[in-house]
Amino acid sequence: MRVRHLVPGRALVIALPMLFLLLFFLAPFFIVGKISVSEMETVTFKPVLTVVDGILTLKLKLANYAFLAADDLYLKTYLSSIQYAAATTALCLLVGYPFAYFMARARPAVQPALVMLVMLPFWTSFLLRVYAWRGLLAEGGWVADIIVGTGLDGLLLQLGLISAPGKLMHTPFSLVIGMSYTYLPFMVLPLYASLAKMDLRLLEAAADLGATPWVAFWRVTVPLSRAGIIAGSMLVFIPCIGEFVIPELLGGPETLMIGRVIWDEFFSNNDWPMASTVAVVMVLLIIVPLAVFSKYQAEAQEAAR
Amino acid sequence: MAQNEAPVHAVPAGEADGAEDGAFLRIDDLVKEFGGYRAVDHVSVDIAKGEIFALLGPSGCGKSTLLRMLAGFEVPTSGRILLDGRDLASAPPYERPINMMFQSYALFPHLSVWENIAFGLKREGRPKAEIADRVEAMLKLVQLGRFAQRKPHQLSGGQQQRVALARSLARQPQLLLLDEPLGALDKKLREQTQIELVNIIEQVGVTCVMVTHDQEEAMTMAQRIAVMREGRFLQVGAPGDLYETPGSRFVADFIGNVNLMDGTLDVDAADHCVIGCGDVRHYVGHGITGTQGMAVTVALRPEKVLIGREPPQDTSHNAVRATVKEKSYFGSFTVYHLSLPSGAMLKASAANVARWRDDEITWGETVWASWSPTAQVVLTQ
Repeated sequence: MRVRHLVPGRALVIALPMLFLLLFFLAPFFIVGKISVSEMETVTFKPVLTVVDGILTLKLKLANYAFLAADDLYLKTYLSSIQYAAATTALCLLVGYPFAYFMARARPAVQPALVMLVMLPFWTSFLLRVYAWRGLLAEGGWVADIIVGTGLDGLLLQLGLISAPGKLMHTPFSLVIGMSYTYLPFMVLPLYASLAKMDLRLLEAAADLGATPWVAFWRVTVPLSRAGIIAGSMLVFIPCIGEFVIPELLGGPETLMIGRVIWDEFFSNNDWPMASTVAVVMVLLIIVPLAVFSKYQAEAQEAAR
Repeated sequence: MAQNEAPVHAVPAGEADGAEDGAFLRIDDLVKEFGGYRAVDHVSVDIAKGEIFALLGPSGCGKSTLLRMLAGFEVPTSGRILLDGRDLASAPPYERPINMMFQSYALFPHLSVWENIAFGLKREGRPKAEIADRVEAMLKLVQLGRFAQRKPHQLSGGQQQRVALARSLARQPQLLLLDEPLGALDKKLREQTQIELVNIIEQVGVTCVMVTHDQEEAMTMAQRIAVMREGRFLQVGAPGDLYETPGSRFVADFIGNVNLMDGTLDVDAADHCVIGCGDVRHYVGHGITGTQGMAVTVALRPEKVLIGREPPQDTSHNAVRATVKEKSYFGSFTVYHLSLPSGAMLKASAANVARWRDDEITWGETVWASWSPTAQVVLTQ
């Protein structure tokens, strides 16, 4: 009896987020998709589906997709977006892993305070925080002074992250720094969650079996935090690909990001179908890593059972 | 490293002549303090090669801290640990020839059974083929060959326990530590596994120190037991010695079931003594070191108390009239809770040697309880 009562309630609970996704993700995506294959009139679009004299006509303009494939500017922009997103993810992982590790190994009493500190920057406007980096990285900014003072700009120049010594703003360097700074909490929190729930006796077991602390870290801690590494990386990588504001504020002429292209198509060229095409392809690009992520997530859940 | 012919033998021969006086593991005046709290308090013991030694005590008695010092997870405040003549004080856990089977096993959840067992061998940098041989031998030893590719969460509790054992024996440790080895198993499985575990340990021949709070487990598995309380060893001895000649109230009470009767020493002769305990006058068939009138405790195991409707021949000593208040049937034996004239209780157990008796003693009956002069132990502390 109880089970029969439970079933409709269960369906309802599942239906709510499904409905949300349908309304606010799938439907808008469908509209954007429709615009991307529509033909532009002066102000509005020509309808895709028409019924004239009892004949249903489906008219898809695929020229935008063809143009996207033909013009290598778009391909380059996608690739460089992925590059910057990947570099940001790598930097976040590099900084975030030890960060999360020490949080998770801190005394239990101070851990909630540390989590609060990670989230504290969210209380200030995102725009302000990104804008602040302009001051820090511009000539005479104190971060810039430290980097130039220690000669680190020479290394950045060799890595191709800046194009002239001493000039840090509006470079790939400033862009990656800004994005890493902004998205670091999204890396730290899932890593912390997976590291904090780790059974520390496993490290004792590893030591007992002859593993030095370094070996135990690589053979036990890192594999066991895999779910956190993947979750954190996805949470940083995916929004970074489409990032617009940070490239606009911290990027330079050579830092191509797909978010800016979409902006230009929409607002400078007023070419909504082209902008939609770029956006649709971007979503499809992001779905691939997302599918990988959810596959691992399912595996991890399976293993945890 | 020499290739081992019989891969299940844990102690490499030829290194054994470290300790001249038979002590393979020597724990010498070991102390561990946490803040102001002394968890282990001047503990010393010698353990022979191949011995299974149990640390038994209630939770918080320091037995786990002692074990963790042997493994190297805790640094002693003072004292020495000598294994085969070598002082282990400065060695971190990963450099000690000691392996531990952890409480609830601490198997690596991301590794298969095979990889769990191979983990320690890989750290030694042995050749791949040798590692594979050794893992196979271990799997065979614990009869888990079919499960080599499973992950720990796909195994039952008993199988996990065997993987943990195989993993801790794989490196051929000189000393094996068992932390509550069977604590996570249910009672029936625990009894089977106790014997199985001892068989494997003896087959391998490794010296073993185990920690348990379960006296049955300690008595079944260990050759010697140290009863611990508040960081100290109260008594060390074979299971039978601890049971039949406990040295203190705590040991008598902690190991098995016992009647403890407070009394005074009335007569103390060379070959006997008499102790008055309110309801009962105890005649004990040996002398003790004490003075007349001193307060002592008489410990009397329930199975050594005989009950019957007829009075025994001599009712002046070691006998008392009592009423049956409770009767607990345990299958193989029955425990009678007898109420003495003063209101004190006396437990007596009787083996159920026959399937059915018409004249069974039952609730409310008045009976005689009696025991022989060799049944009691006189405790002065």
